[in-house]
Amino acid sequence: MKKILIIGATSAIAEATARLHAEDGDRLALIARNESHLEAVAQDLRQRGAESVSSFVMDANDFARHEEVLAAADESLGGIDFALIAHGTLPDQELCERSAQSMRDEFSTNCTSTLSLVTVLANMLEPRGAGSIGVITSVAGDRGRASNYVYGAAKGAVGLFLGGLRNRLHGSGVHVLTIKPGFVDTPMTADFSKGPLWATPSVIAKGIRSAQKRRRDVVHLPGFWLMIMLLIRLIPERIFKRLSI
Amino acid sequence: MTEEPRYGSWGGLQEGRSRRELRLAWRDDRLPEEALSDSSCLCHGNGRSYGDSCLNDGATLMSTRGMDRVIDFDPATGAFECEPGLLIKELLEITVPHGWFSPVVPGTQFVTIGGAVANDIHGKNHHLAGSFGSHVLSFELLRSDGSRLTCSESENPELFRGTIGGLGLTGLITRIRFRLKHVPGAHIEQEKHVFRNLSQFFEMTEELENRFEHTVAWIDCLSKGRSLGRGIMMCGNHASGSSLKAPRAGLLRSVPLTPPFTLVNAPMIRAFNEVYFQKNALSAGSSLIHHRPFFFPLDGVENWNRIYGRRGFHQYQCVIPHGAAEDAIGDMLKRIRRSRAGSFLAVLKRMGSQKPAGILSFSRPGVTLALDFSNHGAPTLELLEDLDRITRSSGGVVYCAKDARMSPESFQSYYPQWRELERLRDPAFNSSFWRRVTKDLS
Repeated sequence: MKKILIIGATSAIAEATARLHAEDGDRLALIARNESHLEAVAQDLRQRGAESVSSFVMDANDFARHEEVLAAADESLGGIDFALIAHGTLPDQELCERSAQSMRDEFSTNCTSTLSLVTVLANMLEPRGAGSIGVITSVAGDRGRASNYVYGAAKGAVGLFLGGLRNRLHGSGVHVLTIKPGFVDTPMTADFSKGPLWATPSVIAKGIRSAQKRRRDVVHLPGFWLMIMLLIRLIPERIFKRLSI
Repeated sequence: MTEEPRYGSWGGLQEGRSRRELRLAWRDDRLPEEALSDSSCLCHGNGRSYGDSCLNDGATLMSTRGMDRVIDFDPATGAFECEPGLLIKELLEITVPHGWFSPVVPGTQFVTIGGAVANDIHGKNHHLAGSFGSHVLSFELLRSDGSRLTCSESENPELFRGTIGGLGLTGLITRIRFRLKHVPGAHIEQEKHVFRNLSQFFEMTEELENRFEHTVAWIDCLSKGRSLGRGIMMCGNHASGSSLKAPRAGLLRSVPLTPPFTLVNAPMIRAFNEVYFQKNALSAGSSLIHHRPFFFPLDGVENWNRIYGRRGFHQYQCVIPHGAAEDAIGDMLKRIRRSRAGSFLAVLKRMGSQKPAGILSFSRPGVTLALDFSNHGAPTLELLEDLDRITRSSGGVVYCAKDARMSPESFQSYYPQWRELERLRDPAFNSSFWRRVTKDLS
């Protein structure tokens, strides 16, 4: 039995990951913004075999409550083996270009709130010398592109932050996992047409679980995205700026 | 906005040309505005209906697969409640380890519970258990006016009977409560019997139904003369077999792409049928097997429907009243033989005497025959029209969930009660099928 904390528990990837842990009989604590959605997820996980499921309603942008809610979740679990941070939105890029306020709001949801939660978690786990912190970023964070650079910049910043945190916690026993999914077929991406590069949330979930078990540092999910992003990162900026990909 | 339609149907005949495809995720949410402002909307489960009953050309489809949560499962009583997008496969994974099985399963475990209700599906235990609808305790129906109605035999009974077998036309089912069946384990004590012709099938079936909870027959639809309608009767009872492992996937796990033309033709079917019949005749007798190959033999090969090529295939399933069944089915087999069309999958099953659970339910007392045909256009439609003529004259009906081509005349003669469902239909919901078969006859 493992003790699993999931922030953004009503997101499709988080829910798929939570189901794998429920089937293993793990103990779960869930944090999400929408109470009725959160309750539906919690109820389902109980029926699927979770030892127990506790749930906490919190908006990730409610920074003042981060410490209090994470402490309560930690207490309900009796410790944390794996904390997964999965909340996020897909910003309306055009709106964020027109409105600096919208850009800041999206950055808060997709970056600053995550950094705050990770900081609190790291400080909780470091003295215990054990546990994993996994954060869902994105392959979009590897390169700035016109079509979604607000989202990309937020995810890229989180990735950089996690690299530093991993460096800091190296030797402490606390494991930091950066999860970089490619295209995932979820409600967040409902408006895109889907091609062969798209994966289902349950495929990503299995990748997350195995990466956590194997204490990987950075994973691209599915794995072929590592090659795609290597190639994309190799394109010189003076050529890249002319492309629309 | 999605440009490429994603939600099709199993026969691959119609390219779903929905204008809009939405995904539902939460049972407490309202129906999406975009759906309600369109000319009509329809729920889509896992797209295992064969024809156009799960499609809504030119309008909105709403996938329920994201609504796949379990709400309540009581391993003491076997009461189960879930959202409509849960697959039978997922249900069994949760309940079988606790000794509970779906009260009724179709020939594939890839259908949703919502679809099981909307089509009032039946299975190999119909002679004892009736259809899925007769095990439903209650459900909640979300209508386009925003109302949420609990429906059961005592509460909103009309909508209860209308929604069971109601092809998704009465609104969105947000949660379903039904009774599971207690089983000793995940296995089946199977017995196979050979019948040399159709009349032998009719002779042996009743006795076997008394001994077995599950019975179904495969028939060789290309056999002729004295062997017309020869086949294999497969029977089974739930068993524990706890020491046996779940079966491993076979060599061919998936048909990776759709060939430009059908791979199914008469010589190939003849060869397959001969081998299949002889192989099973040799292995007749009893054995203990896992429930998956017993109930879902075709699920082992993902996307098997692709072998029919880009033009897809038709499934024809009818049920003929007992008195007329032997003659009518014999006539059908002769007509199919003459067409040289043939079908791998030819399934025969005697149904029980239970009253249909829903207004438009298919299953009823009689013998049901199901057949697959490659789509060759006009000759295929002609053959199916001829089969319809036999079904109509013998007082049978055709299964809406399988159909892509029956005429409004046929439909309205099979289901004269359709106007009752039309009255209960949610004004915002409609389907390609419903528009096609309820066209005014002038």
